Amino acid sequence: MTLLLDVQNLVVEFGPVRNPVRVVNGISFTVQAGESVGIVGESGSGKSMTALSILRLVNEPPARVSGKVLFQGRDLMQIPKRDMPAVRGKEIGMIFQEPMSSLNPVMTIGDQIDEAIFLHEDLSKAARRQRVIDLLRLVGMPDPENRLSAYPDQFSGGMRQRVMAAMAMACNPKLLIADEPTTALDVTIQAQVLAMMLDIRTRLNSAILLITHDLGVVAEICDRVVVMYAGHIMEDAGVHELFANARHPYTQGLLKSVPTLNDTRKRLHQIPGTVPPAGTIKQGCPFRPRCPMRMDRCAVEMPPLVAHGPAHRAACWATQPEGVA
Amino acid sequence: MAKYLFLRLLDAIPTVFLVLTLVFVAMRILPGDPALAVLGANADGGQLEAFREKMGLNDPLWLQYLNFLWDAVRLDFGNSLMNDQPISRMIANNLPHTIYLTLLSVLLGLSMGIPLGVIAARNRNRPPDSALRIYSLMGYAIPDFYLAAILLVVFSLNLGWFPINGEGEGFWDGLHHLILPALTLALLKSAFLGRLTRTSLLEVLGRDYIRTARAKGAQEGRVVFHHGLRNAMLPLSTGIGISILATLSGSVAVELVFNRPGIGRLLIDAITERDYPVIQAGVMMFAFFVILVNLAMDVVYLIVDPRIRIKS
Ligand SMILES: Nc1ncnc2c1ncn2[C@@H]1O[C@H](COP(=O)(O)OP(=O)(O)OP(=O)(O)O)[C@@H](O)[C@H]1O
Ligand SMILES: [Mg+2]
Repeated sequence: MTLLLDVQNLVVEFGPVRNPVRVVNGISFTVQAGESVGIVGESGSGKSMTALSILRLVNEPPARVSGKVLFQGRDLMQIPKRDMPAVRGKEIGMIFQEPMSSLNPVMTIGDQIDEAIFLHEDLSKAARRQRVIDLLRLVGMPDPENRLSAYPDQFSGGMRQRVMAAMAMACNPKLLIADEPTTALDVTIQAQVLAMMLDIRTRLNSAILLITHDLGVVAEICDRVVVMYAGHIMEDAGVHELFANARHPYTQGLLKSVPTLNDTRKRLHQIPGTVPPAGTIKQGCPFRPRCPMRMDRCAVEMPPLVAHGPAHRAACWATQPEGVA
Repeated sequence: MAKYLFLRLLDAIPTVFLVLTLVFVAMRILPGDPALAVLGANADGGQLEAFREKMGLNDPLWLQYLNFLWDAVRLDFGNSLMNDQPISRMIANNLPHTIYLTLLSVLLGLSMGIPLGVIAARNRNRPPDSALRIYSLMGYAIPDFYLAAILLVVFSLNLGWFPINGEGEGFWDGLHHLILPALTLALLKSAFLGRLTRTSLLEVLGRDYIRTARAKGAQEGRVVFHHGLRNAMLPLSTGIGISILATLSGSVAVELVFNRPGIGRLLIDAITERDYPVIQAGVMMFAFFVILVNLAMDVVYLIVDPRIRIKS
């Protein structure tokens, strides 16, 4: 295994410097080459901010971003701003959460995908056109030759997300970041787009960082999962390990709320309470108010991420293995 | 697309008709007797009667209306009361000057306003942005005739760079005479368009697809011009239309100050002389100009916004 992406102590904060609202709270995680990693968490847990930080696409100001983003050993946070475009789209592709608004309404989809190639590769117009058609076919766009001159408004959300995917993969990036590619779509379309992601995953050897709040999606696509809550990583493990052996009460709650086919329960489990607004819990564990296992210590100190076995980490005082401080 | 344009053209017909009717009604409900107004209080009954007969004022109203429409359709506006020339010829002599003034001022206004707006948007809340804000405020506040007078005094009288008045002869001399009047209007337009460009561009630059463009690896310049400005053209083109229409009122002042021929000038002269037929024709020309600009704007929308093309 080769380490592709190594995020270290990533912080994204808003508001006054003296009293900042930290929406990403010093998180660290890695993605190996060819691996597919899921980031799971409820709305507002800082998933998009994390993804955008990797490409340095967070608007600064208002946000302030710090930490290290080592991509193939090079810290993207330290390279000059004008060098980022060479990385974006070429080394790391990204699919956004909002298919309806993420495509340029006055450019044809052919031109938009073409641009992604044109910006990084020295190919003839005809060669690019062929690549665009191949890409559209790869993402499951019917009749791609005739859709090149269509505008985003002529497509449904699902089709637009396919266009986004084609664009993100145009230069065969080593890492594909997909920020909730299915959330904004109808359930039936979600399944199709997921099937597309799976297909991409098997055909290309890109690593995938898939952001979602749906553990079901993770189970289908990912090798490993990072669970985020209120800007913190709560747990991080291989997919089978996590489903079989979740150590964090939050992850356990999430798992209970995933519907399964042979479900005998009348109602799905729901984690009581709601996600606190970003940055309101400054001390202790942010999950504490909703946690069935909370202890006194949780109010005082945020538990560190500790190993629960090889490649399994969790941050919880209650389930922490014996012998760890 | 051709169908869309055709429909727009059809749309304009009732507007033209309405404008003609309004002009007709306005001229009839003006207080006072046109014959008396034209010939003066000293005219005797016979003269007044002869004038009314000549102008068709004794005909029943519906016949006057139909005659009026028929004349308008043939662009036959009758003769001027001032000098008895055919009004259509007076318009033909004056209109080109107003058109040149409009074209050059819009061109200059755009080529100053859009870059200013882009620079301000790229430097939001920094000195260039504040500079544009002050420039725009001055542009809004300063009356056109005043700015025209200042430019005239500075660049023509004091520096002697430009001729003082008239329209010049031949292309280059004509252009030399045109620059200062056009610049007057262009400065005002650029104040308005600069501000509008800044606002529209900032709005567009906050959109999701701009982030997508960056995520593809587009450099900042490409993001701003290729993706940002292209989309900002949608709100901007409306503003450009408004700005072109503002030339109407602007041309009146500028043509007077620089003593140039033109429709605005013609209209002012006609009003001072109470030359009703000329006023009537001038008002119609202005109204047609508005309709024409609106039609042109529809074509522009069609070019900038593919969504309109798709729907039609
Ligand atoms: N400009 C901003 N100013 C202040 N807070 C912000 C700003 N943008 C985002 N946030 C906050 O950052 C937090 C994390 O946002 P983020 O978009 O990363 O969440 P997410 O996990 O992607 O959620 P979702 O599932 O809804 O997409 C949110 O609580 C949001 O309110
Ligand atoms: Mg998000």
